[in-house]
Amino acid sequence: MANVKYEHVTKRWGNVVGISDLSIDIEDKEFIVYVGPSGCGKSTALRLLAGLESITEGKIYIGDRMVNDVKPKDRDIAMVFQSYALYPHMKVYENMAFGLRQRKTTEAEIDQRVREAADILGIEKLLDRKPGQLSGGQRQRVAIGRAIVREPNVFLMDEPLSNLDAKLRVQARAEISKLHQRLETTFIYVTHDQVEAMTMGTRILVLKDGIKQQIDSPQNLYEYPDNLFVAGFIGSPAMNFIDAKLVERDGKVAVDCQDFALEVPEDKAQVYRQHLGKEVIFGIRPEDTHDADYFPTGITKSLVEARVDVTELLGREVVVHLASEHIQFQGIFDPRTEARAGNTIDVAFNMDSMHVFDKQTELAIR
Amino acid sequence: MITDRIKMILSGLPTHVVLIGLCLIWLIPTIGLFVTSLRPFQDINESGWWTVFAPRETAGQDVYEKYLAPYYGPDGKAVEGVDLFDPELIGEFRRSIELTVFLREQVEEGKVQLEELPDTQEMTELLAYLRRVSGVEDAASRPRFTLDNYIDALMGYRGRDSYVEDCAAGEQALDLNCNITDIMNPRGMGRAFVNSLLVAIPCVILPILFAAFAGYAFSWLHFPGRMLLFALLVGLQIVPLQMTLIPVSRVYAQLGLNGTFLGIWLFHTGFGLPYAIYLMRNFIGSLPREIFESAYLDGMSHWTVFYKLALPLSVPALASLAIFQFLWIWNDLLVALVFLGGQKPVLTYQIGNMVSSLGAGWHLLTAAAFISMALPMIVFFALQRFFVRGMLAGAVKG
Amino acid sequence: MSDVQVPEIMRQGKIAPWLYVAPALLIMTAFIVYPGINTFLLSFKNADGTQSAAAACVEEHLFNIDLDPNELNRKEVPAELRTQFQEHDVTLTPRARVEVKEAGNEWTIVDGRKKYVIQSKDQTLNVYEKEPCWGILENYRYALTAPIMLTAFRNNLLWVFLMVGGTVGLGLLIAVLADRVKYESLAKAIIFMPMAISFVGAGVIWKFVYSYSTGQVQIGLLNAIVTKLGGEPISWLSEPAVNNLALIVVGVWMWTGFCMTILSASLKSVPTEIIEAARVDGATEWRVFWKVMVPIIMPTIAVVVTTMVINVLKIFDIVYVMTGGNYGTEVIANRMYGEMYVSHQSGRSAAIAVILILLTIPFMIWNVRRFRAQEAIR
Repeated sequence: MANVKYEHVTKRWGNVVGISDLSIDIEDKEFIVYVGPSGCGKSTALRLLAGLESITEGKIYIGDRMVNDVKPKDRDIAMVFQSYALYPHMKVYENMAFGLRQRKTTEAEIDQRVREAADILGIEKLLDRKPGQLSGGQRQRVAIGRAIVREPNVFLMDEPLSNLDAKLRVQARAEISKLHQRLETTFIYVTHDQVEAMTMGTRILVLKDGIKQQIDSPQNLYEYPDNLFVAGFIGSPAMNFIDAKLVERDGKVAVDCQDFALEVPEDKAQVYRQHLGKEVIFGIRPEDTHDADYFPTGITKSLVEARVDVTELLGREVVVHLASEHIQFQGIFDPRTEARAGNTIDVAFNMDSMHVFDKQTELAIR
Repeated sequence: MITDRIKMILSGLPTHVVLIGLCLIWLIPTIGLFVTSLRPFQDINESGWWTVFAPRETAGQDVYEKYLAPYYGPDGKAVEGVDLFDPELIGEFRRSIELTVFLREQVEEGKVQLEELPDTQEMTELLAYLRRVSGVEDAASRPRFTLDNYIDALMGYRGRDSYVEDCAAGEQALDLNCNITDIMNPRGMGRAFVNSLLVAIPCVILPILFAAFAGYAFSWLHFPGRMLLFALLVGLQIVPLQMTLIPVSRVYAQLGLNGTFLGIWLFHTGFGLPYAIYLMRNFIGSLPREIFESAYLDGMSHWTVFYKLALPLSVPALASLAIFQFLWIWNDLLVALVFLGGQKPVLTYQIGNMVSSLGAGWHLLTAAAFISMALPMIVFFALQRFFVRGMLAGAVKG
Repeated sequence: MSDVQVPEIMRQGKIAPWLYVAPALLIMTAFIVYPGINTFLLSFKNADGTQSAAAACVEEHLFNIDLDPNELNRKEVPAELRTQFQEHDVTLTPRARVEVKEAGNEWTIVDGRKKYVIQSKDQTLNVYEKEPCWGILENYRYALTAPIMLTAFRNNLLWVFLMVGGTVGLGLLIAVLADRVKYESLAKAIIFMPMAISFVGAGVIWKFVYSYSTGQVQIGLLNAIVTKLGGEPISWLSEPAVNNLALIVVGVWMWTGFCMTILSASLKSVPTEIIEAARVDGATEWRVFWKVMVPIIMPTIAVVVTTMVINVLKIFDIVYVMTGGNYGTEVIANRMYGEMYVSHQSGRSAAIAVILILLTIPFMIWNVRRFRAQEAIR
């Protein structure tokens, strides 16, 4: 059983806090991604699990075993480092065999496992070369190979793709996902790229300043962000945030954004009614901000007049930077739109996908 | 788990034990010398330096009581004709062996039936005790620590007692005046200190100056054959010191430069240049070229660029080089031996002079050594970083 | 080393550059190039530099004998000759043979290593002792075969193995250990400190540690420990079995700090992630060190070793100050000094200096090459 559990884990270096009171449960065979901006503590959380940093408070369990005081080599984990950390003076074969040699595996078994892993990754022709003779992509695969060969309970990956060029990265992402399915082991993956997180993880842990923001499936993070940060972090281009107030107008709950007021759909109105008068932040994603002439059918829309500042033609869609008197926001329009810089057009918000966050606590109001 | 916890603590223990052990081994010899240098010479000759830490007051009394008290009584007067606590009697025994002889004579003359005499170590303690108790010497007159060795070494004292004592009694040697001018006595460490400074300072400044010029030229000036010349120059580092001493000293003999400061300044400068130029060239050459390019665009001449840009920017390298060169010259013996000899003794040379050909005065070596080490130690500790940086930048001069 | 390309704009003046390098060039030529060549030439001259070294090959006239020259026309040494030689205190071994150089005029008696020349002059036979001689290389013959020089070579070899091994080994050990403790800088400063002391100062410090006295009271730390443990005090500096070791200990004490500093910097430059990867891979600290870290810093270790070898080959001060080369502690550089300034044999001294250089040159070249290669990679 290789589930992982963090129980109120805190990591401090003197006065600096790396991780604060982190408690999460990771199931066996999950592919969980730690994501967040730089300095959020995602690498720290990973390294605490690996045993490369000591835990200040709290406990970490791998399986049923508390591993706080267990050395990395005894935790039965394997790790792929951002810089790959290959042993420069050893051939690829030896790099992959190193971990097994430490555990007194027989020569025959080492050979079998190394070649098997090399086969999976397509690097069987490189076994006799040294890291210095490999390309970046090849080195990355050797690093992964080194981890696979160990057949650990948990795979740890610390931003393994950030040193690859964009095209390779996309390819490698798919390969890692396939690997996960094939090996059926718990994967813990750290990245700062939310696109990577969204495409690869079964669940995602969002961190900021060492504090857990939300841990959920990609879909849930996208549709139901718990707080402002998660809402703004997930999704690109980022969600539009507009200062507003919850008011009642003609018996209906509305969001008053100063320049315009938007009526809230009935199902959400029930909840919001309890927070009338509150200062809030109204959130709507650019992909839910449409050209009033071209919008998907069946949505609850609210119309607003706005000026077009800049348009970015992307081929299959147009990113439009809009502005009303006091507010600036973005929309993603159908490519047939006639919005041009300088025009004023009607914009339709998909109110079914609206979010409201308490301005003070930044929590979602649901 | 507790066992894991204990394992982690225990695994760190051997490291500390070994490391601290090594550090102690490294420190003890120096500490030993330092403690020794502060002890009166009689003490140095009679006991190891580590005994200063044992309380001295009670030593010897137990020896007396064990061996002699039964016969001579608690006041030393029990045997007729002999008063062991008489300062005049005890004052005659300069060394414990003399006391042993005296006691043996007493036994032979039948004056006392001593069955057993103390061994050498105990005899030393016994004598010390008797001296204290008889008043020849009270605790104050022979203190545990003294600066006498340092004073003697500085003044170049060669007598049997100490400079301070001799001057007080008016019995100083002919070359001493018993006033502050004695610090410049050519046989003393004081004079040698000044000489070392006179050698070291120009020998640090000159090579650095020339090396900075040359380093700049090799980096940013264009002239034919500069790569080849530089390679040859660096190759000169191969020539060992010993090879250059003989011919140069012969030339100096003809030019009358032997035994002069000018001679040794020129030599050290010449010898130190290959490495210095190598270092400066590497450093100046690694400065960003855009700085120099923009300076020339602005119309600065080479001299201005050198003086106002290259030099100030090279201060770290200059500092490392200076410290290196200073320590190397300050601690050098061979070159000073050959070119200055006894005419203008430097510290390293003078230390040897503290000891007469018969070996007397070797307690002065301790203080002399520390006088010579004081300045380098200060320089080292204050400027450690530069020293290390300089070392890592290239091979150390051998 | 990489050539810094001088941009067009900076190529000014033809004379100026020479002004910058002239002082340095002049001094170096005077003090390094000239003496270097001079010493080399001097090594082929005799003691006061006035004649070729071959002049030292002197045939010493021993004595005259009275013998019928015809007796010397056989290979066998005539009994009469033996007797006459015996009267002059020269004993020939049974191996002695006669070689006829010139019938009736000159013969050579070869007796193992010794040679005696017999020349007929004025009706008597003059006997000369002929020393083995290498002509112009006579000084080199001395340098390579004299017993005292052989002792020096043996000692230098001992120094090289023990001191280089000691300083590099200990330096590496301390570098590794200090890296793991909080008081790292203090520990390293303590180990490094002896580098600031002169060899003379070190000599004095250790003279007191090694102090030996015949009586029961030991004032030298080492002997005090030995006697406390029940042994007999040892005269560390004059006892042939241990005195070289005693001197080498001083050398190690002084230079370990140097090796430690360079090796420590090198160890720290190994990327942490590689070490962490090895730990995660399951290696114990011991294995991490030997199988990962040491191979990676091997180039630096090599440079440190060669630098130390060069330094140790030239060792002088410690020996000069502590024993003066006596009691079998002689080393090459000390001999060089002694021949020049004590025995006043400048030719011999020069030959010794040249031999010293030849010994160090291969290491220096290797060192420079290695260092350049490293620079190129950087």
